[in-house]
Amino acid sequence: MSENGHDHEHGNGAAGTLTKADFQSGQETRWCPGCGDYAILASVQALMPELGIPPEKTVFISGIGCAGRFVYYMDTYGMHGIHGRAPALATGIATAREDLSVWVVSGDGDSLSIGGNHLIHSLRRNVPIKLLLFNNQIYGLTKGQYSPTSETGKITKSTPFGSEDHPFNPLALALGADASFVARTIDVEKVHLTEVLRKAAEHEGSAFVEIYQNCNVFNDGAFDAVRGKGGGPNQIRLEHGQPLRFGAENERGVVRSADGGLEVVEVADVGADAIVVHDAHIEDPSHATALARLADAPTGPTPIGVFRDVKRPVYGAARQHELLEAHANATLGDLDELLRSGDTWTV
Amino acid sequence: MTTTSKKLETVIVRFAGDSGDGMQLVGDRFTAATAHVGNDLSTLPDFPAEIRAPAGTPGGVSAFQIHFASRDILTPGDHPNTLVAMNPAALKAHLDALEAGGTLLVNEDAFTPANLRKAGYEANPLEDGTVEDYQTFEVPMTTLTTRATDDIEGLKPAEAQRTKNLFALGLISWMYGRPGKATISWLEAKFASKPAIKEANVAAFKAGYNFGDTAEIAATPIEVGPAPLDAGEYRNINGANATAMGLLAASVKSGLQLFFATYPITPASELLHHLARHNRFGVRTVQAEDEIAAVNMALGASFGGKLGVTATSGPGMDLKAETIALAQVLELPLVVIDVQRAGPSTGLPTKTEQSDLLMAIHGRHGESPLPVIAASTPSGCFDAAVEAARIAVRHRTPVILLSDTFLTNSSEPWRLPSMDDLPEIDPDFAIGPNAGDEFLPYLRDERGARPWAIPGTPGLQHRLGGLEKEHGSGKVSYDPANHALMTKLRAEKLEKLAEELPPLVVDADEGAELLVLGWGSTSGVIGAAARRIRGRGLPIAIAHLRNLEPMPLNTGDVVRSFDKVLIPELNTGQLLSLVRDKFLVDAIGHNKVEGLPILAEELEQAILELIE
Ligand code: SF4
Repeated sequence: MSENGHDHEHGNGAAGTLTKADFQSGQETRWCPGCGDYAILASVQALMPELGIPPEKTVFISGIGCAGRFVYYMDTYGMHGIHGRAPALATGIATAREDLSVWVVSGDGDSLSIGGNHLIHSLRRNVPIKLLLFNNQIYGLTKGQYSPTSETGKITKSTPFGSEDHPFNPLALALGADASFVARTIDVEKVHLTEVLRKAAEHEGSAFVEIYQNCNVFNDGAFDAVRGKGGGPNQIRLEHGQPLRFGAENERGVVRSADGGLEVVEVADVGADAIVVHDAHIEDPSHATALARLADAPTGPTPIGVFRDVKRPVYGAARQHELLEAHANATLGDLDELLRSGDTWTV
Repeated sequence: MTTTSKKLETVIVRFAGDSGDGMQLVGDRFTAATAHVGNDLSTLPDFPAEIRAPAGTPGGVSAFQIHFASRDILTPGDHPNTLVAMNPAALKAHLDALEAGGTLLVNEDAFTPANLRKAGYEANPLEDGTVEDYQTFEVPMTTLTTRATDDIEGLKPAEAQRTKNLFALGLISWMYGRPGKATISWLEAKFASKPAIKEANVAAFKAGYNFGDTAEIAATPIEVGPAPLDAGEYRNINGANATAMGLLAASVKSGLQLFFATYPITPASELLHHLARHNRFGVRTVQAEDEIAAVNMALGASFGGKLGVTATSGPGMDLKAETIALAQVLELPLVVIDVQRAGPSTGLPTKTEQSDLLMAIHGRHGESPLPVIAASTPSGCFDAAVEAARIAVRHRTPVILLSDTFLTNSSEPWRLPSMDDLPEIDPDFAIGPNAGDEFLPYLRDERGARPWAIPGTPGLQHRLGGLEKEHGSGKVSYDPANHALMTKLRAEKLEKLAEELPPLVVDADEGAELLVLGWGSTSGVIGAAARRIRGRGLPIAIAHLRNLEPMPLNTGDVVRSFDKVLIPELNTGQLLSLVRDKFLVDAIGHNKVEGLPILAEELEQAILELIE
């Protein structure tokens, strides 16, 4: 029963019978051929029926940028808002309607530049929304300017002599905002991406997922060190409760460094017991932050998977229950009474 | 004991003191007592932008004016008959406003050399003839207050002195025959947890009252009897509270939960403070991270089927503009309240102005017309808020509701409406296909409004967005002809709304050649000035616009049917340029941008110059 008085059963039959087609809008996709966005869309459309949430209870919100078009391709409720403001729109809808599953699709320019404020505040509040940050380290839709995740010295049309900016580490930023769920995955890693998004969907509260997304037109190969053919050995796959080992032969690992952070070593040099065991549920974000800092740029060994997954009070949830009940019970008579409370007089 | 008293029809009192002197509290309490007497009343609080402005300086003076009468009144009044000045700075800042020969009540204890210096007086104005044309009462309020609170146990001297505002209130209450009972019980409730402070306040109030009563002051008490108001139940209300009540009423009436997201800004924050208290009506308030977030949250909530509302003042409107244009293209209900203040930029943040009218109508990129309505009295904010919500929901559009600093802070008696009499607001959610077995989110009804299908409704999934929509299907469309059509259809929504609006009402005397046309908070002063003109036996016509965009259909005919049209505004001529632009009428402006309302005598003068 939705709070708006309409009794909705699942329109598309029981959740179990949902298929990928139920989430495909049929609108023609208009990204460049070869864009990483296609792979993400296909994986998300395939995952949705498995979550058991019918399309009418699912809402996708986006901002501006190539990623923003995502919502048009999902046969759910959707809103393509304005640049950078998707987390704020999503906060409105998720706070008002906790019966819905609300997803935000955004890019590095949208979320980390013009919309940085909304991103950090939605994470701080722990609004129940799933934020997917398609990070391609470039402005695609405006044709190739450097972005807040582009590497210093990046040569683009707007920075012919190289960018002076120091880039954001998106995960460290999210952790700094005390995000309760922080993860990273890669556009073409279908299985990994699906698993990470499933965990994000199951998380109560905000879930922030950075997705390395190749922009083959303006920034091709930005993630080659960890993505596609040959990228595997550099992927440090985070598994809760498992030692942080990686490499073609699992020959490398992560240990505590002398300065209190983490560093990459050869397992043979330190012994298997010295390798740090991953724990995504530690309240203190230090471990997750150290992992995020292990690779400020995706040029060498880089962790992917769930960095942090902790419980925090979810914004709005408890309050909205009470308020809805109050709203449902409020009558015009109550209002008459409110107007007449306090000092009144009769003429 | 004083036995004689003088009867007056109307009185204006102004309390002025340091911003830490509690003048607003005194004003509020005097207002409450005045309401009890049954007078008609109107108030004007006036305070500095700083919370604790430099003490003792004219810049730090806080004032409260009340106009009350045994007949109906329309404004807080031009010149006070009585001025209470708690220190030299208050005298310096407000003496000019006091009517010739008016009553001046000063706290003589505060006229120390140091305070005189801070106020910028070279000599003591109580001694150098500055106040000799007024009926001046020099009362040692601090001393008398200290004496009255002498034996209260646990009271610090500084706390005792701080209650001198209640002494002043007591004295003025005696002078105007205001009953003390309500004030005393209010003090008792307010300071229930601090017995010494409570006792001191009550003692100071009583001391002030008795000071007058025992003829220690050679003033004649004044009697202002009840006003013949329409029968009904009344309360006193300011614009902020009336707006909040209007939004609550719209929420209950429509069955839509009220979702109010805002970012703190003076003077709009008052609305948040009011609404945040109303859990009982299920109001969801959010204090957003910024102005842009606030309007986006409200819009997101509207998409989810709530009554999405945001409020701000001028600078915040600039920040929200892009999202308001988005709402206009999404064609979702959204109420945006702009409590105007003197700008541009931070301007005079606690002073009033009507300078956002053109921004409300035109201040967005692209062709993005939307309804704009303006409240014209403090209690009228209630109806204006209901109306804004009704239009937003019924016509699926963002609506801008203009209020201002004066309306928000000023209060007046309000004859309480019955909620049953309010207009219906039917959200009329889409619940199924509207074109065979298809759902077309941009298929319009006879009002030009599109269906509101909210998430959770099976089979009606659709995508909204800022990219141009194809007529009917709502799919993204780059087709030039479609863009032209959609631009026209969005504009036509306003034309259809105009057809539903009640005509502009003109209050015209036979033979009137001058029309005074107003909008917003000038309604009171226009009525008061017209009354003065009529009192001189001269004919005049007045009319007031509540709907500024679109305007009532007869507006053009009205303005064209008078020889002269005068438009008084607290800006440099914004409605004036709209009227000239729309109707090719050579209207004349009467404009003031001093952060304060237009006075009735100023407008009377402007009118006389045109008709004599
Ligand atoms: S510009 Fe880059 S990110 Fe945008 S659609 Fe093309 S390949 Fe994808």
